[in-house]
Amino acid sequence: MTYTPVLDVDDVTKSYPGEPPVRALRGVTLAIGQGELVGIVGPSGSGKTTLMNIIGCLDAPTAGSYLLDGINTRELDEYQQAQIRNRKIGFVFQNFNLISRTKAVDNVAMPLAYAKVGRHERRDRALAMLDTVGLSSRAGHRPSQLSGGQQQRVAIARALVTNPVLLLADEPTGALDSRSSAEILDLFESLHASGRTIVMITHEMDVAERAGRVVRMQDGRIISDERQQPVHGRTLAVAP
Amino acid sequence: MNLLESARFALTGVAANKMRSILTTLGILIGIAAVIILLAVGAGTSNNIKAQIGKLGTNVLTVSRSTSVGGRATGGQSGASRTRSTNLTVDDEQALTDPVLAPDVARTAPIVQAQGVTATYTSATHSVASFLGTTPSYFDISNSTVAAGALFTDADQQSASPVAVIGNTVATDLFGAATGSAVGQSIQLNGQNFTVAGVLAVKGSSGLNDPDDIVVVPLSAAQNKFTGYAPTLASITVQAVSADVMNQAQNEVQMILDARHHVDSTNRDYQVRNQAQILTTATNTTQTLTILLGAVAAISLLVGGIGVMNIMLVTVTERTREIGIRKAIGASRGSIVAQFLIESLIISVIGGVAGIVIGFAGSAFPVLGVQPEVQSWTVWLSLAVSAIIGLVFGVYPANKAAKLRPIDALRYE
Repeated sequence: MTYTPVLDVDDVTKSYPGEPPVRALRGVTLAIGQGELVGIVGPSGSGKTTLMNIIGCLDAPTAGSYLLDGINTRELDEYQQAQIRNRKIGFVFQNFNLISRTKAVDNVAMPLAYAKVGRHERRDRALAMLDTVGLSSRAGHRPSQLSGGQQQRVAIARALVTNPVLLLADEPTGALDSRSSAEILDLFESLHASGRTIVMITHEMDVAERAGRVVRMQDGRIISDERQQPVHGRTLAVAP
Repeated sequence: MNLLESARFALTGVAANKMRSILTTLGILIGIAAVIILLAVGAGTSNNIKAQIGKLGTNVLTVSRSTSVGGRATGGQSGASRTRSTNLTVDDEQALTDPVLAPDVARTAPIVQAQGVTATYTSATHSVASFLGTTPSYFDISNSTVAAGALFTDADQQSASPVAVIGNTVATDLFGAATGSAVGQSIQLNGQNFTVAGVLAVKGSSGLNDPDDIVVVPLSAAQNKFTGYAPTLASITVQAVSADVMNQAQNEVQMILDARHHVDSTNRDYQVRNQAQILTTATNTTQTLTILLGAVAAISLLVGGIGVMNIMLVTVTERTREIGIRKAIGASRGSIVAQFLIESLIISVIGGVAGIVIGFAGSAFPVLGVQPEVQSWTVWLSLAVSAIIGLVFGVYPANKAAKLRPIDALRYE
């Protein structure tokens, strides 16, 4: 397996002002390579959400460096950070975060609008991406007309439509029933199989165990980082 | 992210809350409509006054006895009792028609007036607002024509015939709607018999006074029966050759009368009023009125603008989560600003356009007897102002939206 670091977090700390200051991250070092499926687990308060915000360029670290696809994110201004989020990262949230008055296909196409892609190409790519997640028949539906699992698949399609180097999922199955959860995890595995780099943050061990690599966090530190054989026997090396 | 995309997102934003958007639009609508209607009323009033003065003749000078010199002003009836030698006389009037000394004077008419004249026909009576004794040239100067019958003539003037030319209002009051039937009938003016020679064409009532509430008789007949034979006139109406030579005509009139009355500019016992001056004064008055009306309307527009800002702030708060999502998927600060700015722009411009339509509709109806006239520049101005309101009052909410940090916005419930 080629180890090109998509994500290179080096001794990152993050503290929030207060009395006393809250030290959410106390020096995290993590490198994630191209095509990996990584689960970050930990109890609440372990700093995993803070780490995800930093990885996702939604928040800046207090100290330490973070390279995303070779780009040092601390040197970016706000506009460039927005561009990074648009081109390099796809977000999947626990509560889907779709825009409710907008059709599924338009939700998926929205990042492309911010990437200045033409209208027709946007629609074509959004429909193709909905097809990839198995929802082409629901393109014209609004989020309220879709089930939770379907909404999450729309959100995954939106995250992938700009072809980002990193798919970042924050508790992607947290709001879903077990059947939908299994479907979403299957979808992640097949995306992983096609070479996507995916980072999944969760507090559910069974979810994390489906990842090829599990990073455990506690009290703002990484306490373990181990690779494992996937439970469904899929091989790790893919990279088509 | 181009502006077209922002506009599309903004439109869905406006459409998402139709009732609220409509109500906000209403604030701008009322403001713009008020501006257009009130300025149209101002313009209508101004044009009305101009038209009214135009009816009197724009190239007309009125010479009247001065009230500041030579004692108190008098009613027409008492003119005969005045003993001052410098009162205006028929001789003065005839002296003004001098092709050598006054080449710019076209014609003149002497005028005597009587107040409180009541016209009677069988059982119908009418209190005449304006009773004039004059010569036939008055009709030329005042642009008067008859609707029925004929004007009285120089022969009537010479023979002091008891004939009268009556205005439409008088004829309607005495003879009913068929005013033509008045011609040839005998009416009593303060008990004196006069034969109706003609009925004047309608000049049109406008606001305060009614130019059709008038009875005109030959000067000689008026002096005979009302004011006595003393040569004093209430005024002399002078028509200049054209509107361009008003000032020359005025100077000539003053020169002739100064010589005849042995006065100069410091102690004149008469005054010359120029219709153009009256017009200027009237126009200034209506302009002040229009500015006041416009200011009131502008305040309501300002209130509408604050309404837009208020609603946009609510919208931003309500859509905090959406803003977070958009920022997370790559919306820059600029595109969020553009989206919300265009949204407030859409609301106010729709309000502006609707306000213009309502303004036109509202201006179709007369207000206090004045027909409002929509000024085309107010339409363009309103459109521009509504757009500016959208931008100015949208800036703060849009900036507030753009400044939200995505992690805070996403966490917002």
